[in-house]
Amino acid sequence: MSERDGVDAVRLPPVTQLGMLSLGLVLVAGVYLSAHLPEHVSLGPAVALLAASALVLAGNVLALARVHGFAWGRFLQVARWALLAYAIVAGMIEYVFLRNHTSGGPLVVLTLSLVVFAVNVPVLIAFTVARYD
Amino acid sequence: MAHAAVSAPGAAIGEGPPAALERPDFQIVPRAGLPIVALVLALLIAGIAVNELWPLEFLHVVGGAAWTVIDLFLGFVLGPIMGKLSIPARIEFTTRLMPKMVLIMPTVVTVTLAAGWQLSTHLGTNLTSYSLHGWVVASFIVVAVMAVIALGLLEPANIAVLTELKKPQPNPAVIERLMKRFIYTAGATGLMQIATLVIMTKLASG
Repeated sequence: MSERDGVDAVRLPPVTQLGMLSLGLVLVAGVYLSAHLPEHVSLGPAVALLAASALVLAGNVLALARVHGFAWGRFLQVARWALLAYAIVAGMIEYVFLRNHTSGGPLVVLTLSLVVFAVNVPVLIAFTVARYD
Repeated sequence: MAHAAVSAPGAAIGEGPPAALERPDFQIVPRAGLPIVALVLALLIAGIAVNELWPLEFLHVVGGAAWTVIDLFLGFVLGPIMGKLSIPARIEFTTRLMPKMVLIMPTVVTVTLAAGWQLSTHLGTNLTSYSLHGWVVASFIVVAVMAVIALGLLEPANIAVLTELKKPQPNPAVIERLMKRFIYTAGATGLMQIATLVIMTKLASG
């Protein structure tokens, strides 16, 4: 951490690194499902990757919540607009899967993956903005 | 257009009085561009709903071409130029370019991916029986790697630079750090786009 230039005066957890890990896991789940759809696909690996991604995301948010003096006002201000934007992006991708009659287990896993994606990106953006506030 | 002042880097670390730099007024998310984004997304919804070859091919090719060209141009042409600009020139360039990128990139990426999936379903190229299915999966992997870099590093740096520049007293060290991150990650995604070009031309050639 560098305090010389007034950056990162508050000690912060590795939110960006964990966020990218969580994002990577959920994208691997998405690639795995997309590589097999619309044919039959075993959901085990995708569910495991999704669960791991959601756990990392939850841990990331919890670790950040324990930081004293973090600019939560700025974080929430940015996060809510980013959430709106990425909910639209995730909604468009969900629409394509629905249009192609994806259903059952694959649809549930894909939808939850998109939820994790749509929460993860705003956390990453809002954290990067708020850490310098 | 309104202007505001930013201190030069030396001022932030106590090396003398701040040298004020001109900073144009700007919107982090240009509101004038939102109707255009809405129109493009409406076209995407319509294209997917009608599920015909030409609109899907149009949306995927135009979106993909824009995505690839912007990444390559930003990573290998504009990025190095921005790195060599003076601080005032870089600030002016940043405040004019980056708000547009906030709207353009997510829109272009969404159109390319959504239309691309629908197109591959329409053509049957996402079936495992398709002879070049491995290449299609390779394109998914390249997109996933680019998404992690772009959404984890590039996009947050873009928004954070603009937010910092909006402050009454922006920290030049923060701007410098975030701009470096932006330029390096733009270069990395530019490199990945070369892989996309190889894969997509192979798929188009059969």
